Amino acid sequence: MSTTATAPRPESTTPSSAKGISGKPVTWRTPIVLAFMAVVALLIFGILGPNQEASFGISSGGDFFQLPAIIVPAFAAGIILSIILLGLAGWTIYLKTKGTAAPAWLPVLFIVVFVVAFLIWVVGGARTPSISLAGLIAGSVTLAVPLVFGSLSGVLCERVGVVNIAIEGQLLGGAFTAAIVSSITKNPFIGLLAAALAGAVISMVLALFSIKYVVNQIIVGVVLNVLVSGLTGFLFSTVMQSDPQKYNSPEGLPIVEIPLLSSIPILGPILFKQSVVGYLMYFAVFAVWVGLFKTKWGLRVRAVGEHPQAADTMGINVNATRFWNVTLGGAVAGIGGSFFTLVAIDSFTKEISGGRGFIALAALIFGRWNPIGAFFAALLFGFADNLQSILTIIGTPVPSQFMAMLPYLVTVLAVAGLVGKSRGPAASGIPYVKG
Amino acid sequence: MVRVLKLELRGITKTFGTLVANDHIDVVVEPGQIHCLLGENGAGKSTLMNVLYGLYEPTDGQILIDDKPVVFRGPSDAMAAGIGMVHQHFMLVPVFTVAENVALGAEPTKAGGFLNLEQTRKKIKDISDKYGFDVDPDALVEDLPVGVQQRVEIIKALVRDANILILDEPTAVLTPQETDELLNIMRQLKANGTSIVFISHKLREVKAVSDIITVIRRGKVVGSTQPETSTTELASMMVGRSVSLTLNKAPANPQETTFEVRDLTVVAPNGQHVVDGISFDIARGEILALAGVQGNGQTELTEAVLGLQERVSGSIRLDGHELVGRSVKQVLSAGVGYVPEDRTVDGLVGTFSVAENLVLDLYDKVPFAKGISMSPAKVLENASSRIEEFDVRTPSAMAPAGKLSGGNQQKVVMARELSRPLRLFIASQPTRGVDVGSIEFLHRRIITERDRGTPVMIVSTELDEVMELADRIAVLYKGKLVGIVPSGTSRDVLGLMMAGIAPDDGASQAPSTSRAEGGDHV
Repeated sequence: MSTTATAPRPESTTPSSAKGISGKPVTWRTPIVLAFMAVVALLIFGILGPNQEASFGISSGGDFFQLPAIIVPAFAAGIILSIILLGLAGWTIYLKTKGTAAPAWLPVLFIVVFVVAFLIWVVGGARTPSISLAGLIAGSVTLAVPLVFGSLSGVLCERVGVVNIAIEGQLLGGAFTAAIVSSITKNPFIGLLAAALAGAVISMVLALFSIKYVVNQIIVGVVLNVLVSGLTGFLFSTVMQSDPQKYNSPEGLPIVEIPLLSSIPILGPILFKQSVVGYLMYFAVFAVWVGLFKTKWGLRVRAVGEHPQAADTMGINVNATRFWNVTLGGAVAGIGGSFFTLVAIDSFTKEISGGRGFIALAALIFGRWNPIGAFFAALLFGFADNLQSILTIIGTPVPSQFMAMLPYLVTVLAVAGLVGKSRGPAASGIPYVKG
Repeated sequence: MVRVLKLELRGITKTFGTLVANDHIDVVVEPGQIHCLLGENGAGKSTLMNVLYGLYEPTDGQILIDDKPVVFRGPSDAMAAGIGMVHQHFMLVPVFTVAENVALGAEPTKAGGFLNLEQTRKKIKDISDKYGFDVDPDALVEDLPVGVQQRVEIIKALVRDANILILDEPTAVLTPQETDELLNIMRQLKANGTSIVFISHKLREVKAVSDIITVIRRGKVVGSTQPETSTTELASMMVGRSVSLTLNKAPANPQETTFEVRDLTVVAPNGQHVVDGISFDIARGEILALAGVQGNGQTELTEAVLGLQERVSGSIRLDGHELVGRSVKQVLSAGVGYVPEDRTVDGLVGTFSVAENLVLDLYDKVPFAKGISMSPAKVLENASSRIEEFDVRTPSAMAPAGKLSGGNQQKVVMARELSRPLRLFIASQPTRGVDVGSIEFLHRRIITERDRGTPVMIVSTELDEVMELADRIAVLYKGKLVGIVPSGTSRDVLGLMMAGIAPDDGASQAPSTSRAEGGDHV
C-alpha cells in the first residue's frame, strides 16, 4: 500500500448515521417537561398538600434487626421536595440557554424526587397515613415476576428478528397448563414444566406461520392471543368448572426461604424468600444476558436479528435460528405464566394474565431490548401496579379508578416519553426470504 | 496459501420462473489470476456468483474445483472449499465490532460456548499488517468509512483461508482514490496466490487490473478477451452493438444566470447539517454537475430545491422568484423538471401504465382533464407521441411501467419531465442502472435541453458521467461545497475533492501523470 493514503476518506456515506449527532441541537423538550412537572408538584404536593404525617415502615416482623419507621410531615416535605424539583428544572433551563444539554442523571434524579414527593403526598393524604415500604417493594417484585419472564421472552424473540406479540397468550397458556397439570399430578414441578411446554408450543405456531409461511408477525401474534384466550376460557368453563376439586386446585410451588439472609430488611424477602419461579427469574435474566452478549450462540442470534443476510452468507441458518429462539422465548413466557397459578393465586380463572403480556412488551422496549434493562423496567411496572393496590387499601384522596390506571399511565409515559429514540434490532419484524 | 485452486463453472443455468438469468455459462478461473466478469447491470453476473457461493442452487450445470465436481448447499460449503465473497451490498452487521463481524459463523470459543475474540483480533491484526489495511478490530462497523468496511469484508474472506475471492461490483461505492487502493490490494492478493473473480461494468478498472476478461450479455457468455482489447470493442461486446462512447457535444453557450442558490442549509431530523451553507449559480444553457460520493448531501440539496425538505434555510431563486418555502406543486409550476435519483420509488408508479406515468404531473391540467373528469384519449395520444420521441421500448402504452427495463423506465421519467417548457432541469443519477445503449440517448437529451437554453443541474456519483456532461463541476463533501471547477479538471483532482480536499491544495498532491486509459469515457 504505497498509494494515495494521504487523502482522508469520507467518514461516512450516510449522513444520518448515529455518529453524526455531535451537531445535534439541544431541544427545549426536557426543560419544558421538567418545569411543568415541577410546577404541578409545587401546586398539588406542596401548596395543596395534606397536613398529616406520613409513616413509612421499613422492617417487617421477621427481620433480625428492626429499623424504626420513617415519619415525614407531609406538607413540609411536599414544599421542600417541590422546591428541589423547581431547582432542577431551573437548572436545565439555565443549561439550555447556555446551549448544553442536561446530564443524563438529571432527569432520573428528577423522577426519583418526584416519585418520593408523590408517595409522601398520597400517603399523607390517606385515611391511614402509613404504609410498609418493605411490603411495597417486596410486592412489586412479586407482581413483576410474570412481567420479567414475558419481557425476557420478548428479548429472545426480537433479538432474533421476530416480534412476539403473543406474550400475553403464552403467559395465559402457561398459567392454564400449570394449573391443570399440577392439579392432576399433584406435583407443581411437573406443572411448571408443562407450562414451559405450553408456552413453547404456542410460540412454535407463531414461528411456523411467521417464518415458514411469512404471515405478518403482528397478525399471527394477535390471533394467537385471541385463540389462547378463547381456548383456555372454553376449557375453564367446560372442564375445570365441572370438577374444580380435580382440575383446578393446583398444588402450589413452595416458598423457599434461605435462613438468615432472608431476614435482612427490605432486600431479604426480595432476594432470599422466593418461590422456585422467583429464583428462576433472577437466573433467567442473568443467563439470557450472558448468553446474548458473551457466547457464540448470542453473537449468531444478534446477527440474525440485525442483518439476516450477513448471517446467511456466513453459513448461519437464519430461519432455523429464528424458529428455535422463538420457541425458547415461548417456553420462558410459559414459565412466567405458571407464576399466576402456582405461586400468586391457587387456581386458574379466565384471563388471569390480565394484559400483563402487553406490559411486558412495553418493558422490553423501555429496557431497550436488553435483558437487564427489561428486568428493571418490569420492576418499575410491578412497583406501579403494587402501589395502586396498596394506596387503594389505605384510602387515598385519589379515586381508586384513577389509581388503577397508574401502571398503564407509567407504561405509556415510560415508553413514549422517557425512552426517546431507542433502536431495536434492525431486522425485527421483517421476515427473511432468500434471494 | 498452500492450496492453489482451479475453478470451473460448466454449463451453469439459473432460471427464476420464466426468466433465464444464466444460460449455460462456462467460465474457467485459473489459479492466481484476476478474472473479470464484464457485463451490464442485469446481465446475470451477480446471479452467477451467488450460484458459485452457494446462495442459489443452479437449475443446471456443474461447479468443478481442481477438475472435481462439487455441490454447494450453502455459503458454508463454498467457504469450506476456499471461496470467499465480497458482496456489492456489504454483509456486515453495523452494530457489531470488526472482530465480531469477522468471527461470525466461525467463532473461536472457550469452554461452554463463550466467545474468544482474542484469537480473531490477532488474525485481523496479522492480515491488516500484511496488506497495510489499517483496520481496528474493536471499531464498530457503522462508524467506519465505506472503503474500510470493504476491507473488513476482504478480511472476513481471508481469515477463512479463501483462495478464490469474488468481488461483486466492489468499486461502486468508492471514491476514485479508494478505487485505486482497492486495485492495488487486488494485485497484492494475486501476488500472494489468491485468485480473484472481479465483477464490474466499468471498463477502465477492468482493463487496469484483469488478466482475462469474460463478457456476459443477457445471461450468456459472449466471449473471453484480453485486457489489451480496446474500450470500444469491450463496450460493443457488452452491449451487443457498436456504441459511441464519446459524446460529441458542442461547447456550452451560457447566457444570463437565472438560477441562484445562496447559503442553502438543510438540517436533517437528527440535527445534522446535511447541506451546509452552499451557494452557486447556473446560467441558462449550461450544465452544472454536482459530484461527490453518495450521501454527501446531494439528495437533500435537490430535494430542497423541489420543496421536499422541511428544515431549509437560505435562498433558492429561479428567474428572480424565491423557491424556499414553496410547495412542490408551486415549484413544478415555476418550470422545474426533476428526475429523482430512484425512479422506482420517486419517479414512477410501477403499477400505473406508461401512459398514466407520462402525465403524473399534468393529469389535472387541460387537455388531460376538464373539470373533474380526465380524458383518457388525450392521455393515450400524449403517450404515443412521447414513446416515439424518446424511443421507449414498451409492449404498449398501457403496460405497467414497473415491467419495463431500467433504461426504458428512465426514458419514461425523462420524457415526462422534459415534456413541459422548463426554466430549470434537475436530473439525479440520470443513468444509474441503465444499459449502456440507453445512456447515450439519455445524455443526448440532457444536452439538447441545455442547448434550448435551460439551466441544467446533474447529480451523479459516476465520475465518468460528470466529466462527460458537465460544463462546470461542483463537488460536495459532507454537505459542504468543496469547490466548483471547469469541466476539463483531471480525475485525480476531482477524486481528492470528493474526499474533501479543495482544488488548490489538492492539485499539488495529485500525480500529474495521465492514466493509461485517459482517453476513454465509460
